[in-house]
Amino acid sequence: MTEQTPQDEMSEEEKHKPEPRDGAYWARYAETLKVAGVAEGATNINVEGRRAVGPLQGFGKMWQKTYRVSLKDADVTPVEVIKTWKENYRDFWPEGNLFYAPLAGITPGEVALISGSLPGGVKLSTGVMVLYADDESFSLMTPEGHPFSGWITFSSFEEEGTTVAQAQVLMRANDPLYEIGLRMGGHKMENEMWRKTLENLAAHFGVNEPVEMNLVCVDPKLQWSHYRNIWQNAGIRSALYTITAPLRWRRNRARQD
Amino acid sequence: MPEAQIKMNVREAGHNASIIDVQGELTAFAEDVLMDAYNQATDGQVRAIILNFEGLEYMNSSGIGLLVTLLIRINREKQRLLTYGLSDHYKSIFQITRLDDAIAIHDTEEEAVRAANSA
Repeated sequence: MTEQTPQDEMSEEEKHKPEPRDGAYWARYAETLKVAGVAEGATNINVEGRRAVGPLQGFGKMWQKTYRVSLKDADVTPVEVIKTWKENYRDFWPEGNLFYAPLAGITPGEVALISGSLPGGVKLSTGVMVLYADDESFSLMTPEGHPFSGWITFSSFEEEGTTVAQAQVLMRANDPLYEIGLRMGGHKMENEMWRKTLENLAAHFGVNEPVEMNLVCVDPKLQWSHYRNIWQNAGIRSALYTITAPLRWRRNRARQD
Repeated sequence: MPEAQIKMNVREAGHNASIIDVQGELTAFAEDVLMDAYNQATDGQVRAIILNFEGLEYMNSSGIGLLVTLLIRINREKQRLLTYGLSDHYKSIFQITRLDDAIAIHDTEEEAVRAANSA
């Protein structure tokens, strides 16, 4: 869930205008992210108080990655696909990654926590904010420190009489370390993750079609002005959090005694 | 895919800038229309592209993604991207997606054209 809105600063003229058609689909502006509740097993060390960041705030090359599957012969509409995807988002992820859906579900402004792993087996605690959600699509935006800076849009639409499900990532690695990680196997891991997710979604509708991938480098330039993002690297902070767990345990024990 | 519900009109704004009037819905289906308008707007010595959003009726997250890829293309050509005519609602969306870090937002055409021709 997010806090504070600039809508309060609307002009008198704007206040009397009807709500825009897309008004209910967007998260409201908040300076920083706020997690409404932490589910059992989740860790909220890299999300609370962070800013949401888009592809313009990252460090690495900008990529647009599109993964899509045709739900051929499945009697399902785009609206039904997105409803199912929102409700079962966690279940469609491959093993090894956990998505702790917000209590309110995938609705604009809600924040979800994620436990995953990086190349090399480093455990990662991070999250995402629901930036946008309507009946035929939804988008997640990443916080500072996440492996990439950007958003993922999940959508479904009709194409030549067939319903198609698509995930599209627009991203830059958040800092130099993540950029190296992405080049050394991270991109492959990510592509595999979304391929598997779409396969699982298709299998839910009884479809076994190949997932098409289209990977485009939108901007090969590195944004060196953003190298300091590394201070918020969620992988490093998650590793430190794990290493220092015995110290926290001893401190808590001492307080109880 | 459904047809794009958007129209774009391109016009000159001095020697250095072109204005693209956006009328309708900015979604993934608007990509071809937006890129055609940009190609038309960028003929000659244009140093700045101004998007007029007074006629913007609807935008989803794919529409915001289109603006990011347009911005990258414009930066590659060493041009600038400016906007005007955004309602408070769409200004808020530029803020939350942090597009306002990289795209100059002006209230009126006059201000945007002045800024485009001043650099």
